[in-house]
Amino acid sequence: MQEFKTVEVETDLLIIGAGMAGAGACVEGGHWAKENNVKLTVVDKAAMERSGAVGMGLSAINQYQGENTPVDYLSYVRQDLMGLCRDDLVMDISRHVNGSVHMIERFGLPIWLDADGNYVHEGRWQLMINGESYKAIVAEAGKTAVGMDNVIERVFVLRLLLDKNDKNKVAGAIGFSVRDPEIYVFKFKACIVSSGGAVHVFRPRSTGEGLGRAWYPPWNAGSSSYLTTTAGAEMTSQEVVFIPARFKDGYGPVGAWFLLFKASATSATGFNYMAEGLAEGGELHNWPPYGEVKPIPTCLRNHLMMIECYRKGDGPIFIHTDKAIAKIAEQAPDEKAYKKELKKLEAEAWEDFLDMTISQAILWAAKDVFPEEGPSEIMPSEPYFIGSHSGASGAWVSGPEDIQIDESKNEYFWGYNRMTTVKGLFAAGDGVGVSSHKFSSGSFTEGRIAAKAAVKFCVENPEMPEFDRAEVDKFKELIVRPLKHYEAHKNYTTLGTTTKKYDLPVEEVNPNYITPKMAIFRLNKIMDEYVAGWGAQYNCSAITLNIALDLLKLLKEDLSKLAARNLHELMRCWENVHRTQIAEAHTRHKLFREETRWPGYYYRSDFSKMDEDKWGKVFVNSVYDAEKDEFTMLTRPIIHLVDIKEVVGM
Amino acid sequence: MPSFVIDEKCDGCKGGDKTACMYICPNDLMVLDVDRMKAYNSEPDMCWECFNCVKICPTQAVEVRGYADFTPLGASVMPMRGSEDIMWTVKFRGGTIKRFKFPIRTTPEGEAKPDGGFGVGPGTLNDQLLFTEPASLKADKLWTLGD
Repeated sequence: MQEFKTVEVETDLLIIGAGMAGAGACVEGGHWAKENNVKLTVVDKAAMERSGAVGMGLSAINQYQGENTPVDYLSYVRQDLMGLCRDDLVMDISRHVNGSVHMIERFGLPIWLDADGNYVHEGRWQLMINGESYKAIVAEAGKTAVGMDNVIERVFVLRLLLDKNDKNKVAGAIGFSVRDPEIYVFKFKACIVSSGGAVHVFRPRSTGEGLGRAWYPPWNAGSSSYLTTTAGAEMTSQEVVFIPARFKDGYGPVGAWFLLFKASATSATGFNYMAEGLAEGGELHNWPPYGEVKPIPTCLRNHLMMIECYRKGDGPIFIHTDKAIAKIAEQAPDEKAYKKELKKLEAEAWEDFLDMTISQAILWAAKDVFPEEGPSEIMPSEPYFIGSHSGASGAWVSGPEDIQIDESKNEYFWGYNRMTTVKGLFAAGDGVGVSSHKFSSGSFTEGRIAAKAAVKFCVENPEMPEFDRAEVDKFKELIVRPLKHYEAHKNYTTLGTTTKKYDLPVEEVNPNYITPKMAIFRLNKIMDEYVAGWGAQYNCSAITLNIALDLLKLLKEDLSKLAARNLHELMRCWENVHRTQIAEAHTRHKLFREETRWPGYYYRSDFSKMDEDKWGKVFVNSVYDAEKDEFTMLTRPIIHLVDIKEVVGM
Repeated sequence: MPSFVIDEKCDGCKGGDKTACMYICPNDLMVLDVDRMKAYNSEPDMCWECFNCVKICPTQAVEVRGYADFTPLGASVMPMRGSEDIMWTVKFRGGTIKRFKFPIRTTPEGEAKPDGGFGVGPGTLNDQLLFTEPASLKADKLWTLGD
């Protein structure tokens, strides 16, 4: 094994992960840091130009307020999450997000304009964009703001380090380069964890070559959750997954088809499950008040599909692209106008794929699919952890001081906006819980909010904290353990001698270790079968969840025997440790909340109804004690800062 | 497959310490075989088909073949990314060819200014105004509870 050298980086504020939230933190933090003589550094495990969830591109900006008020947006978010949201966090992003969108437009992102020069909306909150280079453009502004000398790429942050004199305060972080044998030790006053959500915790639909074709990117390995959880920060709503229903296999976006082209969906035999669900006596009325008000929450829309597919056996679900196109084209006055309109729609539909889910374009081309000729299948995916979309998992953070009422001030505000319950530890984007529906623009905004507050923290807490050096040495040993473990045991079993094109065999069988690929398969199997993945048709119970906890305990023990053959695999090893942490937290949260609040995301078969009295007015939170490896579950009150008289739709 | 590298077209981005595809891949999949100076996708089943390696390759040596567990063979999607727009060529299995051209950015590369031209703004560390506000909001003031 190569010798590792140690690189020490001392800064004031470290941004960990520079996707949309981290890039927003760079843009905002760059300004306040310079004004206040605070040193700002950003670290990313990939290249900022294309890192994070927007790395492929995006075809819409999903949060833009326009003339709507933050209360309007809150009404929509609270409704979509079946009542679960922090009013202060949601309205805080909402009031700033227009500014972020206008800045991003000026950075160079093309936003569609109509003939009068107004933005083209996909829905009330959504703007159509030419978003192939969205991330590259935003990253460019972020890098300029921070300064290229302060950007560290291809370094994976494994763990945060706490102040040796105050265990409720961050003091540093430790990680390693995925390209060179170097361990990185960061020393800082504050950090922002913006390291994305979690994918491949549950088994994806495709497990062969298409294993990587998750809806959310496979590089989002639950690092935000792991870093904040293991630092002792209180976490919230880890039970709330997000399950997008998308074009089958490619997971291509359906937003433009549903919102822009007004396509309808039915069961295989043509049952209009949405209209029937809404009709008097329909299924949606079993989920009051959320099921009875439009827009129908995302989970309930999934729920109606799942009834068709799994209870009635009337799958798959078809989205009628052909009928939608015909209807729009019908409105054309003549044949020439019709052809022109059809061509325009076709380009828009293909751009939707090519900007953000190119796999879906390949799949349609490979199957000779022409959307104007017939319907396509849509299907619910595996569960993801994503605080920025229609999910809610993440850190429990302080809100803004001015968006509080007397009752909420003690519960939701503790000094610095977006700071977790650990001093100096801030979070943003997918890293923050119950601040849903922020998407790309809102995540960028939340990064900005966190960065300004974190700079303020550095100014008001100027003393550099000290971490325990013995702790650092312990982590240094731990980081390289999978490489050492491999070297120690690799000769125990035989390997083929056939000349291979690749320098490493794909999988090795050895009783002394587990490879990162097999670790992820094991985790995926546990989660899928016992914790309500697609394989269990999204069902779980206290019995299955407890079986999962037993199996996760064994997996965690075996993760100490992970083997890595190179630095890339070393990253994969630690990504799986990160994933396993959120898997366990999620399972414990699901077990704790004895109701089914988000049918269509998961079903507690032993508590199949929503229990508004017991669970409708609380968040489920947890605190992890890393030394004891123990979770403590608790609840926090849901406090409404404003009364919503009417839900504003999409 | 995910992305794959055509042997005869790849020159290993000769001269550099890493290839363009190694630089850009968000999932750290691309590896340079230094003996042959050829890059390859080292972990195809963790590829998201994000096409960043395809778009960045200076010799057009990288392409994508759809995931074999659900994509029939014979189709291809190829981008040509310029400084202002991107041209896509979609070849169907049955022979149909479609071409699409979309803009990608409105500013020259390197010209994304952090303040977006809105200026710094009057905010201080102790108020709620973010950098560039309220100008970037295109509003007189920032909303607060009670407004």
